[in-house]
Amino acid sequence: MHDKSVAQLIAGLRDRHFSSVEISRCFLDRIARLDSTYNSFITVDEDAVLASAAAADTRIAAGEAAPLTGVPIAHKDIFCTNGMRTSCGSRMLDNFTPPYDATIIRRFNEEGAIILGKTGMDEFAMGSSNETSYYGPVRNPWDTNLVPGGSSGGSAAAVAAMLAPAATGTDTGGSIRQPAAFCGITGIKPTYGRVSRLGMVAFASSLDQAGPMAYTAEDCALLLNAMAGHDPLDSTSSEVPAEDYCAGLQEKLQGLRIGLPRQYFDDGLDAATARRIEAALKEFEAQGAHLVEVDLPHSQLSIPAYYVIAPAEASTNLSRFDGVRYGHRCENPADLHDLYTRTREEGFGDEVKRRILVGTYALSAGYYDAYYKKAQQVRRLIKQDFIDCFDQVDVIAGPTTPGPAFALGAKSDDPLAMYLEDIYTLAVNLAGLPGMSLPAGEVDGKPVGLQLIGPHFAEARLLNAAHQFQQATNWHLQRPASANGEVA
Amino acid sequence: MQWETVIGLEVHLQLATRSKIFSGSATTFGAAPNTQASAVDLAMPGMLPVLNAQVVRYAVMFGLGIGADIGRRSVFDRKNYFYPDLPKGYQISQFEAPIVGKGTFEIQLEDGSTRDIGITRAHLEEDAGKSLHEDFHGQTGIDLNRAGTPLLEIVSEPDLRNAAEAVAYLKALHSLVTYLGISDGNMAEGSMRCDINISLRPMGSQTLGTRAEIKNVNSFRFVEKAIRHEFERQADILEDGGKVVQETRLYDADLDETRSMRSKEVANDYRYFPEPDLLPVVIDEHYIEAIRAELPELPTQKRHRFVTQYGLGNYDANVLADSRELADYFEAVVQRCGDPKIAANWVQVELLGLLNRSELPIGESPVSAAALGALIARILDNSISGKIAKQVFEAMWQGEGSADEIIEARGLKQVSDSGEIEAMVDQVIAANAGQVEQFLAADEDRRKKLVGFFVGQVMKLSKGQANPQMVNQLLAKKLV
Repeated sequence: MHDKSVAQLIAGLRDRHFSSVEISRCFLDRIARLDSTYNSFITVDEDAVLASAAAADTRIAAGEAAPLTGVPIAHKDIFCTNGMRTSCGSRMLDNFTPPYDATIIRRFNEEGAIILGKTGMDEFAMGSSNETSYYGPVRNPWDTNLVPGGSSGGSAAAVAAMLAPAATGTDTGGSIRQPAAFCGITGIKPTYGRVSRLGMVAFASSLDQAGPMAYTAEDCALLLNAMAGHDPLDSTSSEVPAEDYCAGLQEKLQGLRIGLPRQYFDDGLDAATARRIEAALKEFEAQGAHLVEVDLPHSQLSIPAYYVIAPAEASTNLSRFDGVRYGHRCENPADLHDLYTRTREEGFGDEVKRRILVGTYALSAGYYDAYYKKAQQVRRLIKQDFIDCFDQVDVIAGPTTPGPAFALGAKSDDPLAMYLEDIYTLAVNLAGLPGMSLPAGEVDGKPVGLQLIGPHFAEARLLNAAHQFQQATNWHLQRPASANGEVA
Repeated sequence: MQWETVIGLEVHLQLATRSKIFSGSATTFGAAPNTQASAVDLAMPGMLPVLNAQVVRYAVMFGLGIGADIGRRSVFDRKNYFYPDLPKGYQISQFEAPIVGKGTFEIQLEDGSTRDIGITRAHLEEDAGKSLHEDFHGQTGIDLNRAGTPLLEIVSEPDLRNAAEAVAYLKALHSLVTYLGISDGNMAEGSMRCDINISLRPMGSQTLGTRAEIKNVNSFRFVEKAIRHEFERQADILEDGGKVVQETRLYDADLDETRSMRSKEVANDYRYFPEPDLLPVVIDEHYIEAIRAELPELPTQKRHRFVTQYGLGNYDANVLADSRELADYFEAVVQRCGDPKIAANWVQVELLGLLNRSELPIGESPVSAAALGALIARILDNSISGKIAKQVFEAMWQGEGSADEIIEARGLKQVSDSGEIEAMVDQVIAANAGQVEQFLAADEDRRKKLVGFFVGQVMKLSKGQANPQMVNQLLAKKLV
């Protein structure tokens, strides 16, 4: 049962082949047996899961099921869950239990989906390897010596290891797509504003976007249907109506124009990875798509622009963690200054502190124009590059990452090398575009991710292209041996 | 040396919305601590601001009220600093693109003359909470009820030259915003607070001196005292050859002095940048015109109309147009009695006198405008004298009934029966032979003065009810 897709679970629940309680028990058992290896979950409340599953079964029996009723879903521990700890991977929030649900959690609850648990992540979503979490690193199910990617590494690993049929993640600079690529699953970062940010602990407000992660594009579409839509409580949430993302999955790709940015296939790309990407592109060609070389002339500026804007916003978003109202507070503060400095010194890890310092510096008097303002100008140029591209093509394709997953600890002492991991994903956030990653092969047993990027609000087009690719290939059907070996 | 004071004011005006600027919490004053603080106000993780549309409307009303440019695309910014009663660690404010741009504002001084004061800008922001240092045994309590209360910060040009002008400016501002209904203007509850920027320069100089900023002064009287005090302080420094330090100072009303706040608080780098959780506020012509169409008559317009339509002096017009309620009351009195000048006099002297003594606002006056108008009408039709009318007014104030009822019940109706008055005149002349003799011996000029004695005696005899005009006529006829 654990290797079924969300679509298959929905069908099985509808046809009464199994109950939500049975499904939930199956995944809870697997988590209990296997997750000590992966460390993909921070919090699992078995009683709550089973109670929700029983309620879902009642709803199904009454014929009142919504599409996701009874389906267990793991949530990145960045989404506030009413009555359930929401740590954001940080000591700062280790003791924090929100009295409210994030909008997406509320939407899943209304559908009757089950909150299977809260997954591990880089602290405050700052990282590309899941090594900055207060709860320890998450391991890649394909090879536990490898990182799962970050920051949504717990969600990616949980899905890859079949500890959850699907999960949510957030993506500020690649945090859904890169771990999806490293763990051989599918994940989509929607257009900025497509999914409400309310109740999602903020990292960089103008870049953060939540999205689903699962093995298949179809499953991502099913989850996105529940997540997407306007939220009046998030002023940056779009009023463009959400679509039924499943409706167009079967469209053929005949005539689809796929742009290949020359900057995404340069020397920085691992040769073996490049070959897998090229092979995947041939499959699209075989389905009638046209491959067109395109130019994103400012793409090399996305790293410096991102690493000014994201830390700048983060530096002030994280000011609220001051030990006054909730979260970690140092013992016996001598005075106000001591309360602030010791609380934050103890509560935040090194990477978070690094970004707060960088961001504070970038916004400081005398540096604002040279850094923050300049970065915003660059951001507009990067966005314009994409807009120009989409005059010529329908989607853009390329690698998600420069290479497959790397070893734990390989880059953790070298922030710049770590930041380069995001070179193909950052620009998408800066431009506010939808982007996704899907499995496209492997290099030495390590999954390779293909990235698809679309114009604003073209999630359905991306999911359609990915689904058609998955109808003709079986990369998304591969499962890591470590998780398969434990099949009951 | 003669010093010229240069003053600019920053007024923090609390807007009279029912809910906060970025959350749905109530803004009611005086609630138990933290009962009006939502997850947004507490800056719980993942919470987001949503702009209250009424706040924008009020800001635009203010902008139109001072003839200012309305920012067609105004932007909220984060002003970053740590303080326990600032839950997010930043205040959402407006920095580079405020909602209200340059405007001007006419104020009227005590002598009736007017001056135009420039407004640099007005921008929207949220208030912080309150730190409570008492009752916590050396610890600090935080009340976040006020956090997120909508404020309009109104910044004037350094156009004010003395304490009286500053107070006149604040009074005019108070009058404008209460006319517009965008603030309750309640200074005791902090609805209007003021930062004073003040510097001195030699009279005639055009360059600005170094200024001090006096924070958070919350009454007209304190503004006046703080300015006078700060003038003395700076003048002393300058005359001793010293230099004024640019700093933030606090006015202590108990000690009547200003003193320096910690310089650390002044040296903040607020790291302003555009608030990414909110979209720019885009305002179009249609929106502005719809608001303009609904603006009430403003104090300046009303003042000018009172002068031209009713023939009032500048001073009277200024007093009566000060608040919308008072102006409406006055106009209702005029409507009833038909004489604006007498009405103006009665409203300012008798009505405001009793209101002040009873510490009542005009809205709670025991005597309605129509009732006062009816009383004045009785003076005008000679039913009672002005002096008797004051007695009647006092009785009306005590709730004894309408003017006519009281006049009737107390038998105060003016005596205009010539026979009755003639009898009293005769009685007075007979009883004061000496004065009559004096009168007859006097020349014309002196007679004019002496006749007052006889009028007084007759009025006394009639208990004030004799028609004074008839008394005069009869005396003139008999004293020959």
